[in-house]
This record gives sequence, structure tokens and C-alpha cells, in this order.
Amino acid sequence: MNYVDTTYPPVRESRQVASFKPALLQTEEHHLCPGCGEPVAIRLICEVIQELGLAQDTISIFGHGCYGAFMSTLDVETTLCLHGRAPAVATGMKRMRPDKLIWTMQGDGDMVSEGLAEVLHTAARGESVTCFMLNNGVFGDTGGQMTAASVVGQRTKNTLEGRDPGYHGFPITIGEMVAALPGSAYVARGSVHNAGSIAQAKKMIRRGFERQMANAGFGLVEILTMCPTGWFLPTKDGPEYMMESLGSVYPLGIIKDVGAEQPA
Amino acid sequence: MSLRLIDGSEAVAEAALSAGLRFYSGYPMSPATDLLEQLAKKLPERGGVCINADTEIEGVNMAIGASMTGFRAATGSCGQGLSLMQEAIAEVALNETPLVIFNMARSQQDYFQATRGGGWGDYRTIALAPKDVPEAVELTQLAFHLSDKYRVPAIVYGDNILARTLTAVDTSPIAFEPLPPRDWALDGTTGGTGRSKQIWTWGVGKHHTPGPGPQLHWRNIADKFARIAETEQRWEAGFHEDAETMVVAFGTAGKFVEYVVEDMRQEGWQVGFFRPITLWPFPEDALERGCKTARQVLVFELNAGQMIDDVRISLGKRVPIRSIGGISSDDAGINIGDRMDASYIRARIIEAMEPVS
Amino acid sequence: MNVAARKLSRGTIVVAVDRCKGCELCVQACPVEVLTMSEVTNANGFRFPLLAPGCTGCTACQQVCPDYVFEVYKYEEAVDELAAD
Repeated sequence: MNYVDTTYPPVRESRQVASFKPALLQTEEHHLCPGCGEPVAIRLICEVIQELGLAQDTISIFGHGCYGAFMSTLDVETTLCLHGRAPAVATGMKRMRPDKLIWTMQGDGDMVSEGLAEVLHTAARGESVTCFMLNNGVFGDTGGQMTAASVVGQRTKNTLEGRDPGYHGFPITIGEMVAALPGSAYVARGSVHNAGSIAQAKKMIRRGFERQMANAGFGLVEILTMCPTGWFLPTKDGPEYMMESLGSVYPLGIIKDVGAEQPA
Repeated sequence: MSLRLIDGSEAVAEAALSAGLRFYSGYPMSPATDLLEQLAKKLPERGGVCINADTEIEGVNMAIGASMTGFRAATGSCGQGLSLMQEAIAEVALNETPLVIFNMARSQQDYFQATRGGGWGDYRTIALAPKDVPEAVELTQLAFHLSDKYRVPAIVYGDNILARTLTAVDTSPIAFEPLPPRDWALDGTTGGTGRSKQIWTWGVGKHHTPGPGPQLHWRNIADKFARIAETEQRWEAGFHEDAETMVVAFGTAGKFVEYVVEDMRQEGWQVGFFRPITLWPFPEDALERGCKTARQVLVFELNAGQMIDDVRISLGKRVPIRSIGGISSDDAGINIGDRMDASYIRARIIEAMEPVS
Repeated sequence: MNVAARKLSRGTIVVAVDRCKGCELCVQACPVEVLTMSEVTNANGFRFPLLAPGCTGCTACQQVCPDYVFEVYKYEEAVDELAAD
């Protein structure tokens, strides 16, 4: 079988339709695992900020997780705050600079375990900030332990026999909880398991940012991201496993959008 | 100079506003609640923001966010509330974000908390302990100035007596040396330039603009605190040039001790007083100089012995050091108890000065 | 070789071989199944994707790739990649 030489751009007449990395990443390099979904989510956020022309009007607050790798490569103003506290830090920032796009980057461990009070109170207050939760059902950065979002039966480093609800309780579906609060304006759940879901997730990110710029209230965009390392899986099995396990507890879709009801 | 008869909580609120406070977030806890209520009313009236935080942890983290964007911000509680904020206080020390924290304390039992801190890392916290409402007004403004100047946390350690005592005070703005612009603050504008800003306790920096990294960053911070220790000590001392017995006290206790010592001097007792104003940096050399003639040093603090550790560090074994205070609380455990009393202090000093029969 | 059986390509990619971590998500994502993993490994010991003729330039591989390994191009006219120039 002969293959196409893909070491250099085509010599025949063509146009580039996708680049290696988004403009707002300073380098393609990162140390995240093979098959990790988080860099895909990060790329989408970078693309949307660029497309909205908000690179010089945005500040992001990172929690603690593998995504923290992008603290050093994301070309927007960033701070890394205490585990779980990003929505509170975002509140202080937005109140002082209401015209800026303020968003948090958190994982399920950061938001639903450590930071449950912060995200719920910030949503209840209706702060017009956008919180991102990359949900892989594990504390990835520490090697893959259970979080408050891990699903029943999920095997993790500290639930090797699978999460047993009798001992470890049940997962918290934060999206649905936040949507129930009057202060929340936009709650959506996407994923990065295939090109179709990736395109949908990008739309959710864009809509979330647009709702913030319209001062609609609190926004939460949850993105299911593969963690084959944390799931003890070969990388290529990540997407299917994710949609069977996490996907059955965390259904994809727009959970709430008050902005959609506004007249055009 | 315009004086108003107001209580310490209102005076501190006004002083903070005079210092340019734009953001406060707090959670109610006696006796710090009045300060929150004052700012909940006054801050919005003057173009600022006061958020009634649902938890102390959220309150301090909101104030951090506000400060990171370049505005003067503060939070407050009593020592029991500051317990929850320890991680956040260490965080701003290590990521160099200015922050003022008000401790309207229930007692003098917060000294270790204020000066050692319970957060992680090699950090210090500037701790200012006013003796009365007028000094609280001055030290509140100083706290904002020092916090901004050095990009460090600063605690103003008041108490329930100060919070509730009405005094005639002038809370107008005090002029300090001008400070450089906050070029480190985040406002989004360096995004997409290849030189976008980062605030991080690890000092890692970014791909195009690497930082010093954790080890060097933390060493730099430790060096900064060492410099602050050299230059920002403050204290007050009286009748120490020929004192045979020196009495050391901080905060409201310092005012009581000063009063008692003045009285006793008029009766001929060779007693003097020393009051650290900065609990950190503790004025070690000044205390040593102040106790030069002393044959004993008495430490009056209403706790089981906290500041006495710093007195021992300053004086060593050169002179006997004794505690004449002790834990003193009311039945509710919320207010300073009956040992904060001139007669009690006087009796304990005399007991220490009279030869054993 | 039977020339008539060769697929035309409407698009093509550039692969940053040494950045690839061998996760194979691109192989799964490609709607026309023109990606297969190499037998040889890159500088870090990972197998990486090889491109057969028939690419449509849809960018699915670039979208799913966690390591930003792909650049994608669309040809102005369909190309027989393996024809001699």
C-alpha cells in the first residue's frame, strides 16, 4: 500500500482549512496523556475567543487539574487559584471589571468535589461569568481517583472494585443542579468524543460566552472529556467507554438557555 | 480635621473607604459583623461592591479576584473566621496579590494565627495591632498602603472592645508615599500578544515568557519578607529608659497597660511599657533596647502565652520573662473577659515587683 | 497496479509525526477511513498515522486530535496522490 507523503504542505493548488494549533496557544506541546480529551476542549475555547475578538478582553481562572498544563501555553491573561475556588475568584474579577469576559477552567474534581459551594453560590448570585467543567469522572492529575462526579460502578484508583453507592454514594449532576437556580442563564453539556460532538461543544462554548457578554447571568458549560489513563483503557476505547458510562449519567444537550427565549 | 463620634467598626469602615477600598466580601461573625454591615451600606453608595459571601472561604477568594484586577479589596471576620482563610492568605503571599484582612477578634488568642499563619509555605503576613479606635483608623489605611507597596497580605488585628467603643475620630484619607502603577494586575489587555500575564504561586510563567519557577520564585518571596522585616517594624514604648520592670502588651491590652504604667510611675514605681504595633514584623531589636535596664519583663496578653514566644526570641535568657495575663473570656466565649481591667493589671505588676515575703 | 481503482483525494494533511502519542482517535474519526497507524514508531516510541489516498479535507482528524498533530488542506481540484508528476 502506498501512502501520501504528509511531512510537508501540498505542492498542488490548495488552501489550508485547519491549522495545527489555535492562535491563542503559544505552543502545541503539552504533557497530557495520549487520548486525553482536555486539549480538544481547550482548543475549542481558544478558537471561540479568537472568533469573538475577545483575546484582549478576557481573563481566565484555572483550578487544579491536568488542564493546568495550559496555564503556561494559553495566550490570554490567566491565574491559577485555589482548588475549587475559581467561581469565587471569578466573582471578584467580574464585579470589578464587568465588561471583561471572565471564565473558569475546572475539572469535575475541582468543581463538584472541592468547589461545590463555590459554583452553586456563584450561580445563585447570577454572576455573569462562564464556568467550564471538563468532566472525566476522575481526579486525573493525582492519578485517577473518584470524584463526586464518578459514576456508579466506575473503577478508579480508590474504588478498584467500582464505585459502590452503598459505601461511596451517588454522583452529583452539577449541570442539572445549577440549571435549577434562577441565577443561572446558560447550562450546556457537550463532549469531545467525535467530530460531530466537538462541533456541538464549540457552539455551546460560543453561546455561553455570548450570554455572558449580554449579562444574562451565570453560565456553566460542561464538556465530557476522555481520560483513558484514569479509566484503565487503551486510548482508542476512550470515546466509546465515555459515552456508555459518563454519557448515560450526563446526557448531552442544552440544559438551560434563558437567552434562547429572547426575541432576536 | 473633622471629628465624628463613631464606633470602631464604623471608623474602620470609613478608614478603609478613605484608603480607596472598592471591594469587600465578608461573612457575618461577631464581633466583625458590624464592619460587614457598615460596608454593605457604604461601599455601594460610594461606587464600590460589597458582597455578602456565603462562606468565609468564598469571601476571601472573591476579594482576591477583585484585587487581582487592580482594585483595593478586603475581607474580614474574627479569628475563628480567619481560620478558614489561612490557605487563601498564604496563596496571596505566594502569588503576590495585595489583600487586607480585618480580624475584629473575640480575644487576644489570635496572635499565633496572625503572626505564624496556618497556610502552606514560606510566607509571612504583616500584622498591625491598634490599641484604640484612632490608631485603628491610621493602621487600616497603612495596611492598604503596605499591602499594595509590597504585594503582600496585611492583617489589621482589632477586637470587640475596639469594634464597639465610640470615639471621636477623623477618618479622612492619610497621604502615603506614591506607589507605582499596578502593571502586574490583570485586565485582559495583554491577551493574544505573546506576552499575556499570569499570576501563579509557582511562578512558572508561559512558553514565550518563562518565569523563575517555584524554587526561585519562593526564594524571592522569602527575600522580600526578609526586607519587609527590616524596614516595617513599628512599636511604642514609654518609661523604659530606667525601668526596672518592663510590661509588654499588644492591642487594646497595650492601651490598658500604658494607662496603668503611667499611673504607677506617678506613684514612684520604676516600671515601663513596650507595645509592638507590628506583631509581624515583631520589633525584636527595639524591644531589646527598651528592656536594657529591666530586671524582669512581664507579658500581659489574654491568652495562654503567644506573644511571649516573640518576647523570648527577642530577649533570650538575659532577663526573666513572665506572663501576667492568661486566657480571659466571658461565659459566651465571645468577648474579652474581666482580666482586661486596670486594677487587675496593676495588681499583677505589683505582685511581680514586690519582693517575695 | 490498477490505476482506475486508485481513489482521488480532495484534501490532504500534514502530520507532525514526533508530536503524536499514538492514541488512534484520528483513525476512528476519519469518515473515509484513510488513516492507519504506522508499524514504525516516532522519536518517542509511538506509532503515528499514515494517509492513504481518498482524503476529503473534512478536518475530523484535526478536530479529535489531542496533540495538535494535523494541518489540513483542501485541493482546488481532486488529486491522484499516487500518480507520477
